[in-house]
Amino acid sequence: MKREIPIVITFLTGVICVIAFFVPHAPVGGLQQRFLIWYSIVAGFTMIIGLDSLIKYNIKKISQRKKGWPYSYVLLFGLVLTLVTGFQSWFRYNTPFELQSSFMYTYIHIIVPLQATMFALLAFFISSAAYRAFRARTFEATLLLIAAAIVMLGRVPIGAMISDKIPALSDWLLNVPQLAAKRGIYIGATLGGIAMSLRIILGIERTYLT
Amino acid sequence: MLQLIFTLGLFAQPPTNIQAHDTPNDEGHSITIIWEPSPLDSGRIGFFQGYEIFRAASLTEDFEDAGFAAPGKTEYEDNSPDIEDGKEYYYFVRTLTSSGYEDSEKVGPFISSAQWFNTQRVNVLLITLLVSFLVIYYIRRAQKGGKLFVRKIPGLDAIDDAVGRSTEMGRPILYSFGLSYLNEVWTIASLSILYRVARKCAEFANRLLIPNYDPLVMSAAQETVKQAYIEAGRPDLYDERDIPFLTADQFGYAAGVDGIMVREKPGAVFWQGYFLAEALVLAETGHSVGAIQIAGTTMVDQLPFFITACDYTLIGEEMYAASCYLKPEPQMLGSLKGADFAKATILIFIVFGTVLGTSGVLLKHLANVDILSDIFTKVVQWFNTF
Repeated sequence: MKREIPIVITFLTGVICVIAFFVPHAPVGGLQQRFLIWYSIVAGFTMIIGLDSLIKYNIKKISQRKKGWPYSYVLLFGLVLTLVTGFQSWFRYNTPFELQSSFMYTYIHIIVPLQATMFALLAFFISSAAYRAFRARTFEATLLLIAAAIVMLGRVPIGAMISDKIPALSDWLLNVPQLAAKRGIYIGATLGGIAMSLRIILGIERTYLT
Repeated sequence: MLQLIFTLGLFAQPPTNIQAHDTPNDEGHSITIIWEPSPLDSGRIGFFQGYEIFRAASLTEDFEDAGFAAPGKTEYEDNSPDIEDGKEYYYFVRTLTSSGYEDSEKVGPFISSAQWFNTQRVNVLLITLLVSFLVIYYIRRAQKGGKLFVRKIPGLDAIDDAVGRSTEMGRPILYSFGLSYLNEVWTIASLSILYRVARKCAEFANRLLIPNYDPLVMSAAQETVKQAYIEAGRPDLYDERDIPFLTADQFGYAAGVDGIMVREKPGAVFWQGYFLAEALVLAETGHSVGAIQIAGTTMVDQLPFFITACDYTLIGEEMYAASCYLKPEPQMLGSLKGADFAKATILIFIVFGTVLGTSGVLLKHLANVDILSDIFTKVVQWFNTF
Protein backbone atom coordinates (compact mmCIF):
# COMPACT_ATOMS: atom_id res chain seq x y z
CA MET A 1 0.00 0.00 0.00
CA LYS A 2 2.93 2.32 0.73
CA ARG A 3 3.80 2.26 -2.98
CA GLU A 4 0.34 1.78 -4.51
CA ILE A 5 -1.27 4.89 -3.00
CA PRO A 6 1.32 7.35 -4.41
CA ILE A 7 1.07 5.60 -7.81
CA VAL A 8 -2.74 5.97 -7.81
CA ILE A 9 -2.47 9.65 -6.76
CA THR A 10 0.12 10.26 -9.52
CA PHE A 11 -2.05 8.50 -12.11
CA LEU A 12 -5.19 10.45 -11.20
CA THR A 13 -3.38 13.81 -11.00
CA GLY A 14 -1.61 13.16 -14.31
CA VAL A 15 -4.79 12.15 -16.13
CA ILE A 16 -6.72 15.14 -14.71
CA CYS A 17 -3.94 17.53 -15.80
CA VAL A 18 -3.93 16.07 -19.34
CA ILE A 19 -7.74 16.38 -19.58
CA ALA A 20 -7.64 19.91 -18.10
CA PHE A 21 -5.26 20.96 -20.89
CA PHE A 22 -7.96 20.22 -23.49
CA VAL A 23 -11.16 20.95 -21.50
CA PRO A 24 -11.48 24.56 -20.31
CA HIS A 25 -14.98 24.02 -18.80
CA ALA A 26 -15.37 23.88 -15.01
CA PRO A 27 -14.65 21.89 -12.88
CA VAL A 28 -11.72 20.52 -14.92
CA GLY A 29 -10.52 23.79 -16.48
CA GLY A 30 -8.07 25.74 -14.37
CA LEU A 31 -7.27 22.70 -12.21
CA GLN A 32 -3.68 22.62 -13.44
CA GLN A 33 -3.29 26.23 -12.35
CA ARG A 34 -4.80 25.34 -8.98
CA PHE A 35 -2.36 22.43 -8.57
CA LEU A 36 0.51 24.81 -9.28
CA ILE A 37 -0.79 27.19 -6.60
CA TRP A 38 -0.91 24.30 -4.12
CA TYR A 39 2.63 23.38 -5.12
CA SER A 40 3.76 26.99 -4.53
CA ILE A 41 2.17 26.98 -1.06
CA VAL A 42 3.87 23.68 -0.15
CA ALA A 43 7.16 24.91 -1.65
CA GLY A 44 6.90 28.10 0.43
CA PHE A 45 6.74 26.07 3.64
CA THR A 46 9.67 23.90 2.55
CA MET A 47 11.87 27.02 2.76
CA ILE A 48 11.83 26.34 6.53
CA ILE A 49 13.35 22.89 5.83
CA GLY A 50 15.91 24.58 3.58
CA LEU A 51 16.78 27.11 6.25
CA ASP A 52 17.19 24.35 8.83
CA SER A 53 19.50 22.46 6.46
CA LEU A 54 21.58 25.56 5.67
CA ILE A 55 22.08 26.44 9.35
CA LYS A 56 22.97 22.83 10.31
CA TYR A 57 25.44 22.54 7.40
CA ASN A 58 27.29 25.72 8.36
CA ILE A 59 27.26 25.04 12.10
CA LYS A 60 28.80 21.62 11.34
CA LYS A 61 31.50 23.33 9.27
CA ILE A 62 32.31 25.76 12.06
CA SER A 63 32.29 23.15 14.82
CA GLN A 64 34.53 20.77 12.84
CA ARG A 65 36.79 23.63 11.70
CA LYS A 66 36.45 22.44 8.10
CA LYS A 67 38.30 24.20 5.30
CA GLY A 68 36.85 27.69 4.78
CA TRP A 69 34.91 27.62 8.09
CA PRO A 70 35.20 31.41 8.67
CA TYR A 71 33.02 31.93 5.58
CA SER A 72 30.23 30.08 7.36
CA TYR A 73 30.22 32.88 9.94
CA VAL A 74 29.82 35.38 7.09
CA LEU A 75 26.92 33.34 5.68
CA LEU A 76 25.15 33.05 9.04
CA PHE A 77 25.71 36.75 9.70
CA GLY A 78 24.24 37.56 6.25
CA LEU A 79 21.25 35.33 6.96
CA VAL A 80 20.52 37.01 10.30
CA LEU A 81 21.13 40.49 8.83
CA THR A 82 18.66 39.86 5.99
CA LEU A 83 16.02 38.57 8.41
CA VAL A 84 16.50 41.49 10.81
CA THR A 85 16.42 44.15 8.08
CA GLY A 86 13.43 42.42 6.49
CA PHE A 87 11.39 42.47 9.71
CA GLN A 88 12.56 45.96 10.65
CA SER A 89 11.49 47.30 7.24
CA TRP A 90 8.21 45.44 7.44
CA PHE A 91 7.37 46.99 10.82
CA ARG A 92 8.48 50.46 9.78
CA TYR A 93 7.07 50.68 6.23
CA ASN A 94 4.48 47.85 6.26
CA THR A 95 6.49 46.24 3.44
CA PRO A 96 10.15 45.24 3.20
CA PHE A 97 10.21 46.37 -0.44
CA GLU A 98 10.02 50.12 0.26
CA LEU A 99 13.00 51.70 -1.54
CA GLN A 100 14.15 53.64 1.55
CA SER A 101 14.02 50.56 3.77
CA SER A 102 17.12 48.90 5.23
CA PHE A 103 16.11 45.61 3.55
CA MET A 104 16.12 47.18 0.08
CA TYR A 105 19.37 48.97 0.96
CA THR A 106 21.08 45.64 1.63
CA TYR A 107 19.48 44.18 -1.50
CA ILE A 108 20.53 47.01 -3.83
CA HIS A 109 24.00 47.61 -2.34
CA ILE A 110 25.07 44.07 -1.46
CA ILE A 111 23.06 41.36 -3.26
CA VAL A 112 22.72 43.04 -6.67
CA PRO A 113 26.48 43.85 -7.00
CA LEU A 114 27.35 40.31 -5.85
CA GLN A 115 25.03 38.83 -8.48
CA ALA A 116 26.50 41.15 -11.13
CA THR A 117 30.03 40.09 -10.12
CA MET A 118 29.20 36.41 -10.54
CA PHE A 119 27.53 37.11 -13.88
CA ALA A 120 30.53 39.16 -15.03
CA LEU A 121 32.84 36.22 -14.32
CA LEU A 122 31.10 34.50 -17.21
CA ALA A 123 33.08 36.60 -19.68
CA PHE A 124 36.38 35.11 -18.42
CA PHE A 125 34.97 31.59 -18.35
CA ILE A 126 33.68 31.98 -21.93
CA SER A 127 37.22 32.98 -23.03
CA SER A 128 38.86 29.96 -21.40
CA ALA A 129 36.17 27.57 -22.69
CA ALA A 130 36.35 29.06 -26.19
CA TYR A 131 40.13 28.63 -26.20
CA ARG A 132 39.75 24.90 -25.55
CA ALA A 133 36.80 24.42 -27.92
CA PHE A 134 38.35 26.29 -30.82
CA ARG A 135 41.67 24.46 -30.94
CA ALA A 136 41.62 23.05 -34.47
CA ARG A 137 42.69 19.53 -33.57
CA THR A 138 40.02 17.63 -35.45
CA PHE A 139 37.93 18.27 -38.57
CA GLU A 140 34.83 19.00 -36.44
CA ALA A 141 36.72 21.42 -34.18
CA THR A 142 38.06 23.21 -37.27
CA LEU A 143 34.53 23.55 -38.64
CA LEU A 144 33.41 24.92 -35.28
CA LEU A 145 36.29 27.40 -35.25
CA ILE A 146 35.48 28.65 -38.78
CA ALA A 147 31.74 28.93 -38.04
CA ALA A 148 32.39 30.72 -34.73
CA ALA A 149 34.81 33.16 -36.39
CA ILE A 150 32.24 34.00 -39.08
CA VAL A 151 29.41 34.43 -36.53
CA MET A 152 31.56 36.62 -34.24
CA LEU A 153 32.73 38.78 -37.15
CA GLY A 154 29.15 39.02 -38.45
CA ARG A 155 27.96 40.41 -35.11
CA VAL A 156 30.40 43.36 -35.02
CA PRO A 157 30.83 46.34 -37.42
CA ILE A 158 34.30 45.26 -38.52
CA GLY A 159 32.77 42.15 -40.13
CA ALA A 160 30.67 44.25 -42.50
CA MET A 161 33.68 46.47 -43.19
CA ILE A 162 35.72 43.46 -44.34
CA SER A 163 32.90 42.15 -46.52
CA ASP A 164 29.15 42.75 -46.58
CA LYS A 165 28.71 39.00 -47.12
CA ILE A 166 30.01 38.17 -43.62
CA PRO A 167 26.91 39.41 -41.69
CA ALA A 168 24.66 37.60 -44.21
CA LEU A 169 26.68 34.39 -43.84
CA SER A 170 26.60 34.78 -40.07
CA ASP A 171 22.79 35.12 -40.15
CA TRP A 172 22.53 32.08 -42.43
CA LEU A 173 24.66 30.00 -40.06
CA LEU A 174 22.46 31.01 -37.13
CA ASN A 175 19.12 30.69 -38.90
CA VAL A 176 19.66 27.52 -40.93
CA PRO A 177 22.17 24.89 -39.67
CA GLN A 178 22.19 26.12 -36.05
CA LEU A 179 18.40 26.42 -35.81
CA ALA A 180 17.89 23.05 -37.53
CA ALA A 181 20.14 21.33 -34.97
CA LYS A 182 18.40 23.17 -32.12
CA ARG A 183 14.95 22.14 -33.35
CA GLY A 184 16.09 18.54 -33.71
CA ILE A 185 17.17 18.56 -30.06
CA TYR A 186 13.94 20.29 -29.03
CA ILE A 187 11.78 17.68 -30.80
CA GLY A 188 13.78 14.83 -29.27
CA ALA A 189 13.67 16.36 -25.78
CA THR A 190 9.92 17.04 -26.01
CA LEU A 191 9.13 13.50 -27.14
CA GLY A 192 11.46 12.14 -24.45
CA GLY A 193 9.58 14.30 -21.94
CA ILE A 194 6.21 12.96 -23.12
CA ALA A 195 7.45 9.36 -22.90
CA MET A 196 8.88 10.03 -19.43
CA SER A 197 5.58 11.64 -18.31
CA LEU A 198 3.66 8.63 -19.62
CA ARG A 199 5.98 6.30 -17.69
CA ILE A 200 5.34 8.32 -14.52
CA ILE A 201 1.54 8.49 -15.04
CA LEU A 202 1.33 4.75 -15.82
CA GLY A 203 3.48 3.91 -12.78
CA ILE A 204 6.34 2.39 -14.80
CA GLU A 205 8.85 5.03 -13.72
CA ARG A 206 9.08 4.81 -9.93
CA THR A 207 12.45 6.38 -9.12
CA TYR A 208 10.76 9.33 -7.41
CA LEU A 209 9.09 6.91 -4.97
CA THR A 210 12.37 5.84 -3.36
CA MET B 1 -2.34 70.65 -34.60
CA LEU B 2 -5.59 71.24 -32.69
CA GLN B 3 -6.62 73.79 -35.31
CA LEU B 4 -6.06 71.16 -38.00
CA ILE B 5 -8.14 68.64 -36.04
CA PHE B 6 -11.04 71.07 -35.65
CA THR B 7 -10.77 72.05 -39.33
CA LEU B 8 -10.92 68.44 -40.46
CA GLY B 9 -13.77 67.70 -38.07
CA LEU B 10 -11.86 64.88 -36.43
CA PHE B 11 -12.63 65.91 -32.86
CA ALA B 12 -12.81 62.75 -30.70
CA GLN B 13 -14.36 60.52 -33.34
CA PRO B 14 -15.52 57.22 -31.80
CA PRO B 15 -14.62 53.74 -33.06
CA THR B 16 -17.11 52.15 -35.43
CA ASN B 17 -18.55 48.71 -36.14
CA ILE B 18 -18.51 47.58 -32.49
CA GLN B 19 -18.95 43.84 -32.18
CA ALA B 20 -18.60 41.35 -29.37
CA HIS B 21 -18.67 37.61 -28.86
CA ASP B 22 -18.11 35.01 -26.19
CA THR B 23 -14.34 34.49 -25.84
CA PRO B 24 -13.69 31.11 -27.47
CA ASN B 25 -11.90 28.12 -25.89
CA ASP B 26 -12.05 29.39 -22.32
CA GLU B 27 -13.68 28.48 -19.03
CA GLY B 28 -16.34 31.21 -19.41
CA HIS B 29 -16.74 34.56 -17.63
CA SER B 30 -15.27 36.41 -20.61
CA ILE B 31 -16.57 38.43 -23.58
CA THR B 32 -14.33 39.79 -26.35
CA ILE B 33 -15.19 43.21 -27.81
CA ILE B 34 -13.79 44.22 -31.21
CA TRP B 35 -14.04 47.50 -33.12
CA GLU B 36 -12.69 49.39 -36.09
CA PRO B 37 -10.28 52.08 -34.90
CA SER B 38 -11.12 55.75 -34.61
CA PRO B 39 -9.71 57.85 -37.48
CA LEU B 40 -7.71 59.71 -34.81
CA ASP B 41 -5.95 56.54 -33.65
CA SER B 42 -2.34 56.74 -34.88
CA GLY B 43 -1.28 53.78 -32.73
CA ARG B 44 0.65 56.04 -30.34
CA ILE B 45 -0.31 57.99 -27.24
CA GLY B 46 -0.53 61.72 -27.95
CA PHE B 47 -3.63 63.71 -28.60
CA PHE B 48 -5.41 60.37 -28.91
CA GLN B 49 -5.19 58.54 -25.57
CA GLY B 50 -7.01 55.24 -26.05
CA TYR B 51 -10.32 53.44 -25.71
CA GLU B 52 -12.39 52.93 -22.59
CA ILE B 53 -14.81 50.00 -22.61
CA PHE B 54 -18.13 50.23 -20.76
CA ARG B 55 -20.47 47.40 -19.78
CA ALA B 56 -24.06 47.12 -18.44
CA ALA B 57 -26.49 44.27 -17.84
CA SER B 58 -29.28 46.18 -19.70
CA LEU B 59 -29.62 49.26 -21.87
CA THR B 60 -31.56 51.06 -19.15
CA GLU B 61 -28.90 50.57 -16.47
CA ASP B 62 -25.87 52.79 -15.92
CA PHE B 63 -22.84 51.55 -17.84
CA GLU B 64 -19.77 50.83 -15.74
CA ASP B 65 -16.10 51.04 -16.72
CA ALA B 66 -14.98 47.55 -17.83
CA GLY B 67 -11.46 48.30 -18.98
CA PHE B 68 -9.04 50.30 -21.11
CA ALA B 69 -7.33 49.56 -24.44
CA ALA B 70 -4.25 51.48 -25.59
CA PRO B 71 -4.09 53.29 -28.96
CA GLY B 72 -3.68 50.86 -31.84
CA LYS B 73 -5.71 48.13 -30.14
CA THR B 74 -8.92 46.95 -31.78
CA GLU B 75 -9.85 44.23 -29.31
CA TYR B 76 -10.48 43.93 -25.59
CA GLU B 77 -11.12 40.78 -23.59
CA ASP B 78 -13.48 41.60 -20.74
CA ASN B 79 -12.81 38.85 -18.19
CA SER B 80 -13.82 40.73 -15.11
CA PRO B 81 -14.92 38.50 -12.19
CA ASP B 82 -18.31 40.31 -12.34
CA ILE B 83 -19.24 38.58 -15.61
CA GLU B 84 -21.64 35.70 -15.15
CA ASP B 85 -22.10 32.94 -17.71
CA GLY B 86 -25.52 32.91 -19.41
CA LYS B 87 -26.28 36.54 -18.50
CA GLU B 88 -26.80 39.26 -21.14
CA TYR B 89 -24.38 42.20 -21.37
CA TYR B 90 -24.30 45.40 -23.43
CA TYR B 91 -21.20 47.41 -24.37
CA PHE B 92 -20.01 50.66 -25.84
CA VAL B 93 -16.49 51.96 -26.50
CA ARG B 94 -15.41 55.49 -25.60
CA THR B 95 -12.69 57.34 -27.49
CA LEU B 96 -10.46 59.36 -25.17
CA THR B 97 -8.55 62.38 -26.40
CA SER B 98 -6.73 65.09 -24.49
CA SER B 99 -9.61 67.47 -25.24
CA GLY B 100 -12.55 65.20 -24.44
CA TYR B 101 -14.28 61.95 -25.36
CA GLU B 102 -16.88 60.51 -27.69
CA ASP B 103 -18.97 57.35 -27.20
CA SER B 104 -19.75 54.72 -29.80
CA GLU B 105 -23.19 53.21 -30.27
CA LYS B 106 -24.35 50.74 -27.63
CA VAL B 107 -24.35 47.11 -28.77
CA GLY B 108 -25.66 43.84 -27.35
CA PRO B 109 -26.79 41.62 -25.86
CA PHE B 110 -23.82 39.27 -25.60
CA ILE B 111 -23.60 36.14 -23.47
CA SER B 112 -20.51 34.47 -22.01
CA SER B 113 -20.20 30.69 -21.80
CA ALA B 114 -17.61 28.00 -21.05
CA GLN B 115 -16.45 25.52 -23.72
CA TRP B 116 -16.00 21.79 -23.28
CA PHE B 117 -13.12 21.52 -25.72
CA ASN B 118 -10.32 23.88 -26.68
CA THR B 119 -10.40 23.68 -30.49
CA GLN B 120 -7.05 25.47 -30.74
CA ARG B 121 -5.41 22.40 -29.22
CA VAL B 122 -6.65 19.78 -31.71
CA ASN B 123 -3.14 19.46 -33.15
CA VAL B 124 -1.64 18.90 -29.68
CA LEU B 125 -4.30 16.28 -28.99
CA LEU B 126 -3.46 14.45 -32.23
CA ILE B 127 0.27 14.43 -31.46
CA THR B 128 -0.36 13.35 -27.85
CA LEU B 129 -2.60 10.48 -29.00
CA LEU B 130 -0.06 9.38 -31.60
CA VAL B 131 2.88 9.44 -29.17
CA SER B 132 0.86 7.80 -26.38
CA PHE B 133 -0.33 5.06 -28.74
CA LEU B 134 3.22 4.32 -29.93
CA VAL B 135 4.68 4.35 -26.41
CA ILE B 136 1.94 2.09 -24.98
CA TYR B 137 2.12 -0.23 -28.03
CA TYR B 138 5.88 -0.74 -27.58
CA ILE B 139 5.56 -1.17 -23.82
CA ARG B 140 3.02 -3.97 -24.42
CA ARG B 141 5.27 -5.48 -27.09
CA ALA B 142 8.25 -5.41 -24.75
CA GLN B 143 6.19 -7.04 -22.00
CA LYS B 144 5.43 -9.89 -24.40
CA GLY B 145 9.15 -10.49 -24.82
CA GLY B 146 10.01 -8.55 -27.98
CA LYS B 147 13.73 -7.77 -28.33
CA LEU B 148 14.57 -4.09 -28.13
CA PHE B 149 17.89 -2.50 -28.95
CA VAL B 150 19.17 0.63 -27.19
CA ARG B 151 22.25 2.38 -28.51
CA LYS B 152 25.19 3.11 -26.24
CA ILE B 153 25.08 6.36 -24.27
CA PRO B 154 28.73 7.08 -23.31
CA GLY B 155 27.75 9.64 -20.67
CA LEU B 156 25.77 7.05 -18.71
CA ASP B 157 28.36 4.31 -19.22
CA ALA B 158 30.96 6.66 -17.73
CA ILE B 159 29.15 7.03 -14.37
CA ASP B 160 30.80 3.98 -12.77
CA ASP B 161 34.24 4.95 -14.09
CA ALA B 162 33.87 8.53 -12.84
CA VAL B 163 32.88 7.42 -9.33
CA GLY B 164 35.64 4.77 -9.31
CA ARG B 165 38.32 7.22 -10.46
CA SER B 166 37.25 9.76 -7.89
CA THR B 167 37.41 7.16 -5.13
CA GLU B 168 40.90 6.11 -6.19
CA MET B 169 41.99 9.73 -6.03
CA GLY B 170 40.47 10.05 -2.53
CA ARG B 171 38.19 12.85 -3.62
CA PRO B 172 34.43 13.21 -3.07
CA ILE B 173 31.72 13.31 -5.77
CA LEU B 174 29.60 16.38 -6.44
CA TYR B 175 26.10 16.16 -7.93
CA SER B 176 23.98 19.18 -8.87
CA PHE B 177 20.39 19.52 -10.08
CA GLY B 178 21.09 23.13 -11.08
CA LEU B 179 18.06 25.38 -10.80
CA SER B 180 15.57 22.49 -11.00
CA TYR B 181 12.26 22.32 -9.16
CA LEU B 182 10.56 19.09 -8.20
CA ASN B 183 7.54 19.62 -10.48
CA GLU B 184 9.68 19.33 -13.61
CA VAL B 185 10.16 16.15 -15.61
CA TRP B 186 13.94 16.57 -15.93
CA THR B 187 14.25 16.59 -12.13
CA ILE B 188 12.59 13.15 -11.99
CA ALA B 189 14.98 11.99 -14.76
CA SER B 190 17.89 13.41 -12.80
CA LEU B 191 16.78 11.58 -9.64
CA SER B 192 17.17 8.25 -11.43
CA ILE B 193 20.75 9.18 -12.42
CA LEU B 194 21.40 10.30 -8.84
CA TYR B 195 20.21 6.92 -7.56
CA ARG B 196 22.85 5.17 -9.68
CA VAL B 197 25.60 7.59 -8.63
CA ALA B 198 24.62 7.28 -4.94
CA ARG B 199 24.58 3.49 -5.15
CA LYS B 200 28.09 3.47 -6.60
CA CYS B 201 29.27 5.98 -3.98
CA ALA B 202 27.91 3.71 -1.24
CA GLU B 203 29.61 0.65 -2.77
CA PHE B 204 32.95 2.49 -3.03
CA ALA B 205 32.44 4.19 0.37
CA ASN B 206 32.91 7.64 -1.12
CA ARG B 207 31.34 10.95 -0.06
CA LEU B 208 28.55 12.40 -2.19
CA LEU B 209 27.94 16.16 -1.97
CA ILE B 210 24.68 17.57 -3.34
CA PRO B 211 24.22 21.34 -2.87
CA ASN B 212 20.62 22.34 -3.63
CA TYR B 213 18.74 25.31 -5.04
CA ASP B 214 15.26 24.15 -4.00
CA PRO B 215 14.34 22.65 -0.59
CA LEU B 216 11.85 20.20 -2.15
CA VAL B 217 14.50 18.86 -4.52
CA MET B 218 16.85 18.66 -1.53
CA SER B 219 14.32 16.47 0.35
CA ALA B 220 13.85 14.21 -2.70
CA ALA B 221 17.63 13.95 -3.17
CA GLN B 222 18.13 13.08 0.51
CA GLU B 223 15.52 10.31 0.29
CA THR B 224 16.97 8.94 -2.97
CA VAL B 225 20.54 8.86 -1.61
CA LYS B 226 19.40 7.35 1.70
CA GLN B 227 17.55 4.56 -0.15
CA ALA B 228 20.58 3.89 -2.39
CA TYR B 229 22.89 3.66 0.65
CA ILE B 230 20.46 1.31 2.43
CA GLU B 231 20.14 -0.93 -0.65
CA ALA B 232 23.92 -1.00 -1.00
CA GLY B 233 24.14 -2.15 2.64
CA ARG B 234 25.97 0.99 3.84
CA PRO B 235 23.38 3.14 5.66
CA ASP B 236 26.13 4.15 8.13
CA LEU B 237 27.83 6.20 5.41
CA TYR B 238 24.78 8.34 4.72
CA ASP B 239 25.09 11.90 6.04
CA GLU B 240 22.11 14.21 5.48
CA ARG B 241 24.33 17.27 5.97
CA ASP B 242 26.21 16.45 2.76
CA ILE B 243 23.00 17.27 0.88
CA PRO B 244 22.34 20.84 2.03
CA PHE B 245 20.16 23.64 0.76
CA LEU B 246 22.34 26.54 -0.41
CA THR B 247 20.17 29.36 -1.71
CA ALA B 248 17.30 30.00 -4.10
CA ASP B 249 19.29 32.72 -5.88
CA GLN B 250 20.77 31.80 -9.28
CA PHE B 251 24.23 33.38 -8.94
CA GLY B 252 24.31 32.87 -5.19
CA TYR B 253 23.91 29.16 -5.94
CA ALA B 254 26.69 29.30 -8.56
CA ALA B 255 29.01 31.05 -6.07
CA GLY B 256 28.17 28.52 -3.34
CA VAL B 257 28.76 25.47 -5.56
CA ASP B 258 31.98 26.99 -6.93
CA GLY B 259 33.17 27.51 -3.34
CA ILE B 260 32.41 23.89 -2.45
CA MET B 261 34.30 22.69 -5.54
CA VAL B 262 37.35 24.82 -4.82
CA ARG B 263 37.46 23.69 -1.15
CA GLU B 264 36.51 20.01 -1.53
CA LYS B 265 38.13 19.39 -4.94
CA PRO B 266 35.69 16.69 -6.12
CA GLY B 267 37.07 14.01 -8.43
CA ALA B 268 33.83 13.69 -10.36
CA VAL B 269 31.08 16.22 -10.93
CA PHE B 270 27.58 15.54 -12.27
CA TRP B 271 25.55 18.46 -13.68
CA GLN B 272 22.13 16.93 -14.25
CA GLY B 273 19.09 19.19 -14.46
CA TYR B 274 18.10 22.71 -15.37
CA PHE B 275 20.86 25.25 -15.93
CA LEU B 276 20.91 28.81 -17.20
CA ALA B 277 23.73 31.38 -17.47
CA GLU B 278 25.56 29.83 -14.51
CA ALA B 279 26.18 26.59 -16.49
CA LEU B 280 29.59 27.64 -17.80
CA VAL B 281 30.66 29.25 -14.51
CA LEU B 282 30.03 25.91 -12.78
CA ALA B 283 31.46 23.66 -15.49
CA GLU B 284 34.64 25.72 -15.93
CA THR B 285 35.26 25.69 -12.18
CA GLY B 286 34.78 21.91 -12.24
CA HIS B 287 37.32 21.69 -15.04
CA SER B 288 39.77 23.89 -13.15
CA VAL B 289 39.78 21.54 -10.14
CA GLY B 290 40.50 18.59 -12.43
CA ALA B 291 37.20 16.76 -11.99
CA ILE B 292 35.77 14.39 -14.57
CA GLN B 293 32.46 16.02 -15.49
CA ILE B 294 29.25 14.44 -16.79
CA ALA B 295 26.55 16.93 -17.71
CA GLY B 296 22.96 16.46 -18.85
CA THR B 297 20.33 19.05 -19.60
CA THR B 298 17.38 19.71 -21.87
CA MET B 299 18.29 23.43 -22.01
CA VAL B 300 19.47 23.67 -25.61
CA ASP B 301 21.14 27.06 -25.11
CA GLN B 302 23.39 25.71 -22.36
CA LEU B 303 24.38 22.49 -24.16
CA PRO B 304 27.31 24.05 -26.10
CA PHE B 305 28.84 25.24 -22.81
CA PHE B 306 28.57 21.80 -21.25
CA ILE B 307 29.88 20.08 -24.39
CA THR B 308 32.89 22.42 -24.32
CA ALA B 309 33.70 22.21 -20.62
CA CYS B 310 32.61 18.67 -19.66
CA ASP B 311 33.94 15.21 -20.53
CA TYR B 312 30.50 13.77 -21.32
CA THR B 313 27.17 15.45 -22.01
CA LEU B 314 23.71 13.91 -22.12
CA ILE B 315 21.95 15.85 -24.86
CA GLY B 316 18.23 16.54 -24.33
CA GLU B 317 16.36 13.26 -24.66
CA GLU B 318 19.37 11.19 -23.51
CA MET B 319 18.70 12.52 -20.03
CA TYR B 320 15.11 11.26 -20.13
CA ALA B 321 16.38 7.91 -21.41
CA ALA B 322 18.74 7.56 -18.44
CA SER B 323 16.33 5.68 -16.17
CA CYS B 324 15.57 3.16 -18.97
CA TYR B 325 19.24 2.79 -19.83
CA LEU B 326 20.36 2.31 -16.24
CA LYS B 327 17.49 -0.02 -15.40
CA PRO B 328 16.76 -1.82 -18.70
CA GLU B 329 13.40 -3.40 -17.85
CA PRO B 330 11.21 -4.33 -20.85
CA GLN B 331 8.53 -1.76 -19.97
CA MET B 332 11.07 1.04 -19.69
CA LEU B 333 12.79 0.11 -22.96
CA GLY B 334 9.40 -0.15 -24.66
CA SER B 335 8.59 3.45 -23.80
CA LEU B 336 11.95 4.50 -25.21
CA LYS B 337 11.26 2.67 -28.46
CA GLY B 338 7.80 4.25 -28.66
CA ALA B 339 9.28 7.75 -28.37
CA ASP B 340 11.82 6.88 -31.08
CA PHE B 341 9.06 5.79 -33.45
CA ALA B 342 7.11 8.96 -32.71
CA LYS B 343 10.25 10.89 -33.64
CA ALA B 344 10.53 8.93 -36.89
CA THR B 345 6.87 9.68 -37.67
CA ILE B 346 7.40 13.40 -37.05
CA LEU B 347 10.50 13.28 -39.26
CA ILE B 348 8.42 11.76 -42.08
CA PHE B 349 5.84 14.56 -41.65
CA ILE B 350 8.60 17.20 -41.78
CA VAL B 351 10.02 15.73 -45.01
CA PHE B 352 6.49 15.42 -46.45
CA GLY B 353 5.71 19.05 -45.52
CA THR B 354 8.99 20.28 -47.01
CA VAL B 355 8.37 18.43 -50.31
CA LEU B 356 4.77 19.70 -50.41
CA GLY B 357 5.74 23.30 -49.65
CA THR B 358 8.55 23.30 -52.23
CA SER B 359 6.28 21.69 -54.86
CA GLY B 360 3.63 24.36 -54.17
CA VAL B 361 6.09 27.19 -54.82
CA LEU B 362 7.49 25.48 -57.94
CA LEU B 363 4.00 24.79 -59.34
CA LYS B 364 2.97 28.40 -58.83
CA HIS B 365 6.03 30.04 -60.33
CA LEU B 366 7.06 27.56 -63.03
CA ALA B 367 3.80 25.95 -64.17
CA ASN B 368 1.21 28.55 -63.03
CA VAL B 369 -0.92 25.84 -61.37
CA ASP B 370 -2.55 27.98 -58.69
CA ILE B 371 -5.18 25.51 -57.37
CA LEU B 372 -2.69 22.77 -56.50
CA SER B 373 -0.24 25.32 -55.15
CA ASP B 374 -2.93 26.79 -52.85
CA ILE B 375 -3.90 23.33 -51.58
CA PHE B 376 -0.24 22.49 -50.87
CA THR B 377 0.30 25.83 -49.12
CA LYS B 378 -2.79 25.28 -46.93
CA VAL B 379 -1.61 21.79 -45.95
CA VAL B 380 1.84 23.18 -45.05
CA GLN B 381 0.24 26.01 -43.04
CA TRP B 382 -1.80 23.42 -41.14
CA PHE B 383 1.39 21.47 -40.40
CA ASN B 384 3.00 24.66 -39.14
CA THR B 385 0.34 24.95 -36.43
CA PHE B 386 1.80 21.82 -34.77
